[in-house]
Amino acid sequence: MLHTFVAYVEDLPGVLTRVASLFRRLNINITSLTVGRSERVGLSRMTVVAEASAEAGHRIRASLFKLENVVDVDDIGSSPAVTRELALIKVAATPKNRSQIFELVEVFRARIVDLAPESLMIEMTGVESKIEGLIQVLNEGEDRVLEICRSGKMTMRRGQHTSRVLKAMGAGSHNSVDVDEVNTVSALE
Amino acid sequence: MGNDTNTQATNNPPTRLTGAEIVWATLVGEGVTDVFGYPGGAILPVYDALRKFPIHHTLVRHEQGAAHMADGYARASGKVGVCIATSGPGATNLVTGIATAMLDSIPIVCITGNVSSKILGTDAFQEVDITGITLPVTKHNFLVNRTEDIAAAIRYAFQIAKSSRPGPVLVDITKDAQQGTAIFDFAAAKPRAVRPHPMRKIEESGLAQAAELIRNAQRPVILAGHGVIESSAMEQIRTLAERTQTPVALTLLGLGAFPASHPLNLGMMGMHGESWVNHAIQEADLLIACGMRFDDRVTGSISTYATKAKKIHIEVDPAEVNKNIKVDVPLIGDMSEVLESLLPRVSGRDGSAWIKTIDGLKGDSAVRDIKNLPDSGHLYAAHVIHDLWRITEGNAVVVTDVGQHQMWEAQYYHHEHPRSLITSGGLGTMGFALPAAIGAKFACPEKEVWVIVGDGGFQMTACELSTIVQEKIKINIAVINNGFLGMVRQWQEFFYDKNYECTPLISPDFVKLADAHGISGRAVRTRAELASAVEEARSAPGAFLLNFMVEKEESVYPMIPAGSALHEMIRRPGKNPLVESSDD
Repeated sequence: MLHTFVAYVEDLPGVLTRVASLFRRLNINITSLTVGRSERVGLSRMTVVAEASAEAGHRIRASLFKLENVVDVDDIGSSPAVTRELALIKVAATPKNRSQIFELVEVFRARIVDLAPESLMIEMTGVESKIEGLIQVLNEGEDRVLEICRSGKMTMRRGQHTSRVLKAMGAGSHNSVDVDEVNTVSALE
Repeated sequence: MGNDTNTQATNNPPTRLTGAEIVWATLVGEGVTDVFGYPGGAILPVYDALRKFPIHHTLVRHEQGAAHMADGYARASGKVGVCIATSGPGATNLVTGIATAMLDSIPIVCITGNVSSKILGTDAFQEVDITGITLPVTKHNFLVNRTEDIAAAIRYAFQIAKSSRPGPVLVDITKDAQQGTAIFDFAAAKPRAVRPHPMRKIEESGLAQAAELIRNAQRPVILAGHGVIESSAMEQIRTLAERTQTPVALTLLGLGAFPASHPLNLGMMGMHGESWVNHAIQEADLLIACGMRFDDRVTGSISTYATKAKKIHIEVDPAEVNKNIKVDVPLIGDMSEVLESLLPRVSGRDGSAWIKTIDGLKGDSAVRDIKNLPDSGHLYAAHVIHDLWRITEGNAVVVTDVGQHQMWEAQYYHHEHPRSLITSGGLGTMGFALPAAIGAKFACPEKEVWVIVGDGGFQMTACELSTIVQEKIKINIAVINNGFLGMVRQWQEFFYDKNYECTPLISPDFVKLADAHGISGRAVRTRAELASAVEEARSAPGAFLLNFMVEKEESVYPMIPAGSALHEMIRRPGKNPLVESSDD
């Protein structure tokens, strides 16, 4: 099954290697990995997505916690959470056939962020399937996809707080309205 | 467990020192009195500062030996062992020793020099990425390139090495950090408190369930491992066993956790465990696993392992729970603490019927009990080890290498006390014994230390004989010399049609080799000479080597072939067929 771990790690050299090495040791391929600053100074937040057996989840989380630089680990599992990916897609397009792409971009709620004489760049945020949908449609057309850059998944639990660290500091309830599903109705999502 | 910090050092006011001096001052502060190492270019500033500090340095002959010595020191004393090496090859030579400590959860701190921070990553002379190399075989490691970070890194390393499940930590210090100066403030370099593993918690419901399982069990067995010794939970295990009349089986590294002479002690379990121990585990309806990790050498085939038993797992490392064997009740925490919480809930019970059943399983075990055979003029390793046990009255610290002699030691030397057997269990590192024994001797100079080593493993680290001589220490060495890489030969005999490929072994005359080092020795060829030879070694003022020329093609019995069920063991040929049934 697909596991999603959210880890708070110290923002120091080599920490990424330590986390990655743990998966490598277990011969588990990391499907997607995103790292960036978190709400806490000196701590980075990682979202690690990996394919492993259901039982492996416990051991991976327990082992991640054993790393000195790892402060918190959350195994999202099937809990309510928002997962998003960012993609930058460069497509070959001339002034003549741009309008068709503009329409697609509109339908997918994406944005054009760069326009050059012979190409344009699309920025899109969404769930994996939505991004793949756009790429697929772009590939079907006569426009050529020149480059794709995808961020990998970022996941956050629904409710007030994801981080156990923050929970320990007095976090609130988990009740929340699924704003995303209420407001963004996309046929393709 | 742990070293007492040296209060004199810790009370000193903050002073400006070089990085090299800070290394030693911090070690002194952590209570270190002995280190094992080998100098070289990138660690020279540290060696230059050594004479100012009350620390004894043992010069090894190969850095692998330094790591094993620190390891042997830690195993014998319960303190953190320390080794030092230079950059590049000095550091890589430590790796086998670090991995050995990792697999057996031994607290050691390894300090290595590295090239100056300005040229890190340029493939400078003797530069190697040792923190990268040792990442999977250390609990944690540090690359320190600022003088002001040295004290904190070393103190943190000690804390990591000895806390929760112990293990090795490496601190790599660049040469410029050693040469620079900084204010040394031991107290201020104290690491933050150990962050408890959030999955390490002893739950009330778990304790209640465990007590319930113990109360209702008809055929319980305690499986005691190394964790019992690491947590100093020997008394609690004994109380649990005696109160509930539960027999105790031990892992290899658990030997000594429960007295061998205790009527409830079954002996060692697993691949070369006595048949009744493994049968008892297979027949049990409850296993209380304490500080052991269901290693494959202990379980045999997992699908057929103790299928009738409920399992309670008391373990400090949450990542070990349900790793190999699914358990019913995990109690994750320090062994002593868990048992302290569990014992008040456990009351006395009558275990006589089950103990009687196990006694029945022992049956006619004399068939493999070759120590009882009449003297045929042949010298068997089992005789050597059993007589060694008798003559030393079981009071020696025995350090073994890896292979047949290691298993015979486990079978025929009966350990009453913890830390009296020092052996590489997890990694199975040949060449471990001689250097580890040197470390053990430094940890307990008042104790009689015996090395039991095969002719193969001895030659891997025999260079440390010079270290013994230079340090003028008294260690007795018993080489169990059968002219083969014995355990590999045994596997070839059983599983590879006796194709003894690359296992016959030519060795030098070990007595002459010892003599060349200035160590006395003697060869022993018959059982009649055995006792007097052992006594001669014991009474010799210096180190002594006995070269026991034992039977060449003896095998260790019983044996569970790797991947077989625990009850399908190969017995000594002759009376019994290869595979015995449970009523055998």
